[in-house]
Amino acid sequence: MTEPAVVSPVRLHKELDAIWRTPPGWGRLSSVNHTVLGKRFMVLALTFFAIGGLLSMLIRAQLATPESGFLEPALYNQIFTMHGVVMMFLFAIPMFEGFAIYMLPKMLGARDMAFPRLTAYGFWCYLFGGMILIAALLFGAAPNGGWFMYTPLSSRPYSPGINADVWLLGITFVEISAVTAAIEILVSILKLRAPGMSLTRMPIIAWYMLVTSGMMVLGFPPLILGSILLELERAFNLPFFDPTRGGDPLLWQHLFWLFGHPEVYIIFLPAAGALSTIIPVFAQRPILGYRAIIAAIVALGFLSFGLWVHHMFMVGIPHMALAFFSAASALVAIPTAVQIFAWIGTLASGRPRWDIPMLYVIGFFVVFVIGGMTGVMLAMVPFNTQAHDSYFVVAHLHYVLVGGFVFPMLAALYHWLPHITGRQSVYRLSVPAFWLIFIGFNMTFFLMHLTGLMGMPRRISSYPSNWGWDWLNLLSSVGGFVLTIGFAMVLADILMQLRFGERFGRDPWKAQTLEWATATPPPSYAFASIPHIESRADQIDPAALGSRLAGGEGYLGFARANRQETLAVDMVTGAVEHVVVLPRRTLLPLWTALATGAFFLCLLFRLYALAPLALLGTLGLFLLWPGSLGETADQGPLPIGRGQSAPLDAEASNNVTVLASRTALVTNATLYSSLLFGGLFLLVVAPNWSSAPETAVSWAMLLAGVGAAAVGGVAALVGDRNNSGGRAPGPALWMTVAAQIAAMVLLGATAFLLADPTQHARIAIVFAVLAYCALHAGIGAVLSGATLFRLARGHVSQNRGTAPRIVALWNGFAAATAVAGAALIAVLDTAGAVA
Amino acid sequence: MLAGAAVLTALVLALLTMAYLRPHRLAGVTAGQWIVGGGLILPIPILMLLTGTALVLGEQLLPRGEVAYRAEARAEQWAWRFSYPDVPGLPVSETLHIPAGEPVDIAVTSADVIHAFWVPRLGGKIDAIPGHRNVIRLQADEPGIYRGICAEFCGPGHETMQFRVEAHDLETFKSMMAGAAP
Repeated sequence: MTEPAVVSPVRLHKELDAIWRTPPGWGRLSSVNHTVLGKRFMVLALTFFAIGGLLSMLIRAQLATPESGFLEPALYNQIFTMHGVVMMFLFAIPMFEGFAIYMLPKMLGARDMAFPRLTAYGFWCYLFGGMILIAALLFGAAPNGGWFMYTPLSSRPYSPGINADVWLLGITFVEISAVTAAIEILVSILKLRAPGMSLTRMPIIAWYMLVTSGMMVLGFPPLILGSILLELERAFNLPFFDPTRGGDPLLWQHLFWLFGHPEVYIIFLPAAGALSTIIPVFAQRPILGYRAIIAAIVALGFLSFGLWVHHMFMVGIPHMALAFFSAASALVAIPTAVQIFAWIGTLASGRPRWDIPMLYVIGFFVVFVIGGMTGVMLAMVPFNTQAHDSYFVVAHLHYVLVGGFVFPMLAALYHWLPHITGRQSVYRLSVPAFWLIFIGFNMTFFLMHLTGLMGMPRRISSYPSNWGWDWLNLLSSVGGFVLTIGFAMVLADILMQLRFGERFGRDPWKAQTLEWATATPPPSYAFASIPHIESRADQIDPAALGSRLAGGEGYLGFARANRQETLAVDMVTGAVEHVVVLPRRTLLPLWTALATGAFFLCLLFRLYALAPLALLGTLGLFLLWPGSLGETADQGPLPIGRGQSAPLDAEASNNVTVLASRTALVTNATLYSSLLFGGLFLLVVAPNWSSAPETAVSWAMLLAGVGAAAVGGVAALVGDRNNSGGRAPGPALWMTVAAQIAAMVLLGATAFLLADPTQHARIAIVFAVLAYCALHAGIGAVLSGATLFRLARGHVSQNRGTAPRIVALWNGFAAATAVAGAALIAVLDTAGAVA
Repeated sequence: MLAGAAVLTALVLALLTMAYLRPHRLAGVTAGQWIVGGGLILPIPILMLLTGTALVLGEQLLPRGEVAYRAEARAEQWAWRFSYPDVPGLPVSETLHIPAGEPVDIAVTSADVIHAFWVPRLGGKIDAIPGHRNVIRLQADEPGIYRGICAEFCGPGHETMQFRVEAHDLETFKSMMAGAAP
């Protein structure tokens, strides 16, 4: 194939836009474009922020006076629970996702994210899951057990209504979008960069997002597993957390905080990345200590997984173990201090100038440093025993989360909103809005440190007037309303900018990062051609580069074969590897999300007969996804502009699909490890195991099932090797199908022939492990069958080996989980009886 | 701890202000000095000192060895029930009686959901978890009435789950316990 002819910038725009654009009207529902979906994510997240803010106003109205009768306790419990749930799960995480989805491709020099349909699917899951939660709030059936849903309060005997199920199912539904976004962000950063952008030339924010997405890949599975187990306990009476039947409420706390603490850094790191991008622009010099910051954020990522117990200092864990987690928590201050001083140093050694974003950066410094100080205080066990679960903790967490996320995000809003709107800020409201937010915030929350030290516990709907908390609470409430007025002014400011802001040329802030090289507002395809990066990507001249790229001087400066094309590079060096053909707009993500939503609604309303149908529908729709992709013949290298050529992604062995599959398996392995950890934890820690009933596991059937899964795994690996070696993969793939169906039946039958799993956690854990392994064997068979279908359609060849590679990965994983599962069952089966 | 935190916060904010107002004063500081000085040399000794002190203090607060007085606190939605293992005949009450000036070990359990035992003026808190038994050692230096509350959210009656601790001088306490014994 020859390279398409060079055309004028205007014609190039028209040709590319015809391929990439989202149609108007109902066609909007089919959008898979990162600019469109990033904006939708952010607008929806801000809507939830407003809802969460309204809830906090109700809380402050209730607490303004002692013995208040404004809200009754049952309603108050729903409101404070939903305030936390909305802010953490429906605002902070999706706001980061939307920001990353909108911004990353433009900062890295790609035309879209790696999996546009997955972006859309994640968005719909987020919207529908959020709607379930908000609808429950309107019907008075919202979760009411606190945002961390401690068992046994959230178990069926103490929360008989639908409220807790709304949390477990609604949040899990929303978390689908977090996991898909995490995998997509990770893969996009590693593969979809402009040629020449090696890892060490990435803009620093890409490093932050890389670490964040890696933490999400590992951090969310424990929460999802915990939610599944708790919902199984509530729906089918499997006693994972019931202390009278071998479960333990502490298992929930471990799983929740194993997610919950990394979550705090998942929220903070992207915001810190925004700061590390904004501060150099206003200091007018590159960021100081680029490599030290990278080391600091990688260290922070690792450390954040070793801190979760500091939320559990009061549960009766031995003091020496607490000391370890206390020291680890204090250690986090070091990488944070490295960043703080790198930022101050950047300002001090540059030529700092003022603008609205810098106001919020200064606000961040004040608020976040105070939050960090109280954080170190709380990490100290003796102090924690006093301050834990008091208003001191409420003050601390708002200082870190509002300081560490909301202030930087407001700076980011003022910095990047011109990119989205193509208009500059109007300024008239911006400064007073900042001061209202800054003063209102500190007035509300600084006083809460004192309220907490005076002994006021969290989560009480009223308090007596003779305990000395009255005036502090009243002032906090007044501050809260000042804060809200500030946010309302920011909203008005945004609307003013949309309506009256002045238009500008490229790069109004004189920033030196790639996102300002697009036209503003950005076109659907982001870059008319893709740049070659020759320096660190935070030291380029976007205004000059932008017009050259619009003229088609970079890579892929043409529209070809009605395909959405972008480039993939070597993960480390940034050398061109292959051309990625991205899927075009489709309603498939919407239908799949609707089917997924139907599944969750069936569970929520206990329509267990219909739930499997919805699940099969979802699976069936997913199987349609690959249909439009791939080639039926090898194309060989294609010209990509600048005199170079590269093969299509279908013909590349290290393509984004394979990398994403590996990442998804890491997520899945973390989920499964959490389940195995849960089994061992209960065996060692939980009460009532000395008289645990027998599991009655049929070892012959179990071992036959594990053997079948192993055969399926080996056959899939042979199939992949045969295909890449030029031999027919078909027979081995048929073998995989047969072996995995046998494994699914045998393992499933073992699970159903166990002693009644509602008797004791020992049997319930064995049941859950077997069900997990059977499900994975079954999915392995389906994937293998789907690959046989693609093979028959001519989509698979020696060079186009993605499908057999994925089958090998999945089935190898399924075989490994079956072996590990059998080992755990052996431990539980014997050790439980001895104990 | 409060003073240290205030000094550190003031230091960071002063450096930030100087970066804007007196940039030439800081212009000589190199990248390495900022990061090593601010990121490593400044926090590490402070954190080591703090963590070490906390460890020693925490050890001193632990219920080690035997004490002369013990009590049981059992939480349920939404009340506390106190009893005394050494005086089994004493009726279960919603007020905890302790001797002043003497350490008392209180074993905290729960009948239903998770609660937390907290008497702010006497010391830290400990969770009451069904299936677990946690011991906290408290000491009231003066006789008097101390208020206690449930510190872990436990459902719609959480804020009503308050209790009284009455600390008596040793003689009164002994006679109370003896008088109640059969």
